[in-house]
Amino acid sequence: MARVSLAELYNGGAVLLAEVPRLGWEDLRVAVGDEVAAGNRLAALAGRPVGDGIEVLAVLVRPEQGCLAAGRAVVGDRFASLTPGCPQAHWFERELAEGWGIVPEGHPWLKPIRFHRSYRPGHDAWGRADDAPILPSVTDFFRVDGEEVHEVAVGPVHAGVIEPGHFRFSCHGERVMHLEISLGYQHRGVERALVGGPDRRSVHLAETLAGDSSVAHATAFSQLVEGLSGCQAPPRAEIIRAVALELERLANHVGDLGALAGDVGYLPTLSFCGRLRGDILNLTAELCGNRFGRNLVRPGGVAFDLEPERVERLATRLGAAMRDVRGAVGMLFDSSSVMARLEGTGALSAAQAVELGLVGVAARACGLDRDVRAELPSGMYRFAQVPVSTWHTGDVFARAWVRWLEVQRSSQFIQDRLAAMPKGPTRVDCRPLAGGSLAVSLVEGWRGEVCHLAITEPAGRFASYKVVDPSFHNWMGLALALREQQISDFPLCNKSFNLSYCGHDL
Amino acid sequence: MIRALRERWRQGHRTMAYPAGAPVLPDRHLGRPALDPSRCLPDCHACAEACPTAAIDATAGLTLDLGRCLFCAACSQVCPRAAIAWTGDWRMATRSREALVVKDRELELAEALDARLRRLFGRSLKLRQVSAGGCNACEADVNVLSTIGWDIGRFGIQIVASPRHADGLLITGPVPENMRLGLEKTWQATPSPKLVIAVGACAIAGGPFAGHPEVTGGAAATVPVDLFIPGCPPHPATILDGLLRLLGRLSATDPVES
Repeated sequence: MARVSLAELYNGGAVLLAEVPRLGWEDLRVAVGDEVAAGNRLAALAGRPVGDGIEVLAVLVRPEQGCLAAGRAVVGDRFASLTPGCPQAHWFERELAEGWGIVPEGHPWLKPIRFHRSYRPGHDAWGRADDAPILPSVTDFFRVDGEEVHEVAVGPVHAGVIEPGHFRFSCHGERVMHLEISLGYQHRGVERALVGGPDRRSVHLAETLAGDSSVAHATAFSQLVEGLSGCQAPPRAEIIRAVALELERLANHVGDLGALAGDVGYLPTLSFCGRLRGDILNLTAELCGNRFGRNLVRPGGVAFDLEPERVERLATRLGAAMRDVRGAVGMLFDSSSVMARLEGTGALSAAQAVELGLVGVAARACGLDRDVRAELPSGMYRFAQVPVSTWHTGDVFARAWVRWLEVQRSSQFIQDRLAAMPKGPTRVDCRPLAGGSLAVSLVEGWRGEVCHLAITEPAGRFASYKVVDPSFHNWMGLALALREQQISDFPLCNKSFNLSYCGHDL
Repeated sequence: MIRALRERWRQGHRTMAYPAGAPVLPDRHLGRPALDPSRCLPDCHACAEACPTAAIDATAGLTLDLGRCLFCAACSQVCPRAAIAWTGDWRMATRSREALVVKDRELELAEALDARLRRLFGRSLKLRQVSAGGCNACEADVNVLSTIGWDIGRFGIQIVASPRHADGLLITGPVPENMRLGLEKTWQATPSPKLVIAVGACAIAGGPFAGHPEVTGGAAATVPVDLFIPGCPPHPATILDGLLRLLGRLSATDPVES
């Protein structure tokens, strides 16, 4: 069988769209299947209207080659689903169906994922009328039948300070046989609003795609714009971005370790880490005034420079915070009663992680060494590496342990960068964006890979913009991790993934 | 156990003194903006043109709507005459939407509840948090108030798990169409008398999502709002200041506890 060749592109780089081969759908479907079978993974599947049909663009990560591969095909109202041979496409195909009113035939569980109207009036994958009301979670749910089977419905509004989503469990007693996750409550229409940009609001939309990953999303957006405009952020800016990104990772991982401790009733670590997360957010505020790193990363570089005294202050305060983190987290992993609750709970196998296309902490906790910082390094990570932290058990413990390993690696990485700041500017002007081009930008946020993709129209405006938050890949992982678990372990399993609702819903 | 005690001893007591003293804020923190329209050049609209959320009106005089403001400082960066300056003042909560429109150097801060509601909620306020399209930044900085660093429990304020247990709702996010019903039902499930607190630019005016057909543009489109706390996200000190002011535990002028 002759292999179709896909276009190669690099993280953050742009290519002319004309150079991305337009194939028949069947050829693209086979090519994506072959890529995934060869150990590559789907980073994005994006649709856009072309003539009477929808052009589907597939982007894959080729970790061995350190590059991305892209191909496209125009489909009509119905096309043969990728999912039966390539399970990691399942959510993407549901997204395509919902957005563009096209039907992937043979998809095993074709349902909406965000509950919004099709972007093409008159085209609805489920044949709904243009004015039919669409309510979130009003849909079929997977049902387990049996005399003693019962369902538990949770959300959208939850008991904690947490975003909305609906979880439906099919249980036999305490035992969860199946969990179905229904999202979309957070849908704010971000991708559509980015079309026509970049404009003065675009970077703010990127920063609020998932607020706890503001730096990751703003960096992905900025790299994309830089790629399309053919400019490059100066080295000093790359360092400041990397420091902010790793601080974001530190803050969230430390907060999660505390929350995991709280979910198993181990209060000392919960208390310490709640405060320490804030201490680390305050370090980000030292950079730019905002605890979530907003207004820092901008196309062309960063909006704030760091004076020598500030660099020194950051290093000292990070050192002090890390001493407390070590104490707080050390006692967590030292407590046998805690370990008994974390080990063996909510386990996924490496094979499941590969099939689902999991990314980030959830994938590394199954032993997969997936990390964009190492696989497709961009910015500062081309020059300074962070060791990839993995563990092999796939359970809640593994997801906690990988976080702890990463906390240590990231804090060391920040200290090393702060100790060797190059001189020079922190921002360059971006030129106008290239027209008729495609750019893909990936950043390893604290949850996993954040992917932004844009196609420009001839005048250089975004004709199409796609965002894939790591949560998009990983929600199904949480659903599978719950199988055969006690329903009371749901909060613990959920926290161990800690996925974003708004990042998914966009 | 010994290790936990030893660590507790080593890390010590870390709850902040605020409101007995001003909160410690970073030097780059952007607090309440102060405007000086007399500095404006004739026919200059640079700030309004730079603003991502149309928070600034420079057509007749100069006003800045804190409810829409993302505190990105795009306006002050382009202003040729420094007519917009950022104070470090974290106190910005108001009781009315109109009061958020800054015209000069002043802001009419939130007044306390009336005597009856103060008697009910003044020393015990239980809030249900509803994220309705919130990006998790406002949520995180509400959550942090319950940690030992801020410890809102010392004021009798608590985030509770059910609207049935709550005296009011604390809403974040631009309220997407898909969350309107969820928010409405949560509000109805809260017993009266009840308060509604809108936290962050999104919950007040839609934030960066204002105008998107997928969102309703903030909490007030669905429920009546009693307290507006601006920011993107508001600093925890801004949120706490607003809550304490509402409960009558801070005077209008004094940053510290009255």
